[in-house]
Amino acid sequence: MSRIEIRLNHRFGDFELDVAFDAPGQGVTALFGRSGCGKTSVLRAVAGLERTRQGLVRINGEVWQDEKRFLPIHHRAIGYVFQEASLFPHLSVRKNLEYGLRRVPERQRQIPFHDVVELLGISTLLTRATPRLSGGERQRVAIARALLTSPRLLLMDEPLSALDHAAKQTIMPYLERLHDEFAIPSLYVSHDPNEVARLADHMVVLDEGRVAAEGEAAPLLTRLDLPLSTYDDASALLEGFVGSHDHSYHLTWISLQGNRVAVPREDLPVGRHARVQIQARDVSLSIRAHADTSILNILPARVIDTRDISPTQVLVRLELEDGQTLLSRITRRSAIGMGVREGMQLYAQVKSVALLS
Amino acid sequence: MTFDWQPVWLTLKLAGTTTLLLLIIGTPIAWWLARTHAWYRQALSAVVALPLVLPPTVLGFYLLIMLAPDGPVGRLTQSLGIGSLAFTFEGLVFASMLYSLPFVVQPLQNAFEALGPRPAEVAATLRASPWDRFMTVVIPLARPGFLTAAVLAFAHTVGEFGVVLMIGGNIPGETRVLSVAIYDYVETLEYDQAHLLAAGMLAFSFLVLMTLYLVNGRISRSHQP
Repeated sequence: MSRIEIRLNHRFGDFELDVAFDAPGQGVTALFGRSGCGKTSVLRAVAGLERTRQGLVRINGEVWQDEKRFLPIHHRAIGYVFQEASLFPHLSVRKNLEYGLRRVPERQRQIPFHDVVELLGISTLLTRATPRLSGGERQRVAIARALLTSPRLLLMDEPLSALDHAAKQTIMPYLERLHDEFAIPSLYVSHDPNEVARLADHMVVLDEGRVAAEGEAAPLLTRLDLPLSTYDDASALLEGFVGSHDHSYHLTWISLQGNRVAVPREDLPVGRHARVQIQARDVSLSIRAHADTSILNILPARVIDTRDISPTQVLVRLELEDGQTLLSRITRRSAIGMGVREGMQLYAQVKSVALLS
Repeated sequence: MTFDWQPVWLTLKLAGTTTLLLLIIGTPIAWWLARTHAWYRQALSAVVALPLVLPPTVLGFYLLIMLAPDGPVGRLTQSLGIGSLAFTFEGLVFASMLYSLPFVVQPLQNAFEALGPRPAEVAATLRASPWDRFMTVVIPLARPGFLTAAVLAFAHTVGEFGVVLMIGGNIPGETRVLSVAIYDYVETLEYDQAHLLAAGMLAFSFLVLMTLYLVNGRISRSHQP
């Protein structure tokens, strides 16, 4: 049975964790929430680093914890990536990578050393001493080290949060490739909606030690009743496919059933699946479709609901013709001036679209 | 003038044995003290630190009473057929271990605390069993602590006097260690012999500490990013 089943109940001082959720046995499930919501505790309990009073941890049919059993950490087939890379400073990069690998019986090793080293681009670092690596390099080595144990579940605790923006941007593609090339189910802890948008298929939103919502990542990211839509970089995910390339203007059109949006030209085969991210702040609204605008991406949409996120700003949730949702952040003045209300038909003008995969 | 090497060898043997046994016993105590949140942790810390503040004669006096044939430890050792430990080399090892315990436990405890739980946790997620992670991660990373502990225990045992005098006495080849020999030479006005041993001790102590600082300096430098 391909499912990740988690039931945890534990008191950490004043904080009570009471969490129950099921996640698909494949793909990336984001554990999302503000700091202190219990997401790291959940991850540590799944790994066996924390022993909860009551709990059930069942990974694709294999019980790691229930009323009777508590499988010790080192018997759980996990790969754990900590917030800080936590490489062993007394070992070289290669020895760090081999530390976990050597402790896995040979017939259980499914991920070849060279594949991992290639995928994470660390082949030139192997002989280096770990204290001499940059933050991004260290985290890549840590991810490779975890992968080499051929885990049945990958646990990542905000692996990017200790890195600066540039290092984050360089690691992100590696994480995306990881997702595509090794089909290891992952729990990915994050408080950054952008990371979730790029990496997650499924998500569990935690709030004060409880599950506030769970489900597919794309619809959840745009739900206005959840804390994540109020973030400054609230965004929507749209699924489509590569429609056509516009050679003269160097654009690639992504088709979204009946509509299309343009992104800077990418060398991708026509018909390939594509996922795009649209920030709420990049979407403006108009009552009529304007032809006299510099904006290329104009999508007919219907208002589902609105929410005031500050005294000056309103977040509007829109449904596109194909049923996917889009978020738009506009001023309250404009919303009232245009008479934005539920069910209203209007046009979303999208200033910028990011192609994720 | 013939130089009597026996006290030197005896001292080195005593210090070596004591250091080795203390590292074996002190490591789990230090690990436990560094990790536990038990309420009696403070009490145990205080007991371990007692030899730092007690005059050696106090320690030696109680040890003498305990180890004597009618003392609690003495009765036990006698019933085991070992006989009384007072005024024997084994008794000296036992006393030295108590006397130098804080010099082993404290550097180790500091090293373990500075390390934090993370390296062992990482090793655990990489399939290492508790013993495996202790041997392959904790000990190598706490190496400066082990080195400090070993050197301090050795040097402190070499330098002990009060405890030895109380429970060891002055039996050549059995309990007549360096510090006692020096005292003896001074008492009998053999200043030449006393000078030789005392100067040797001074040079030895300096060399030991110097080496310790050099090695620790190198280790902490090599771990810096």
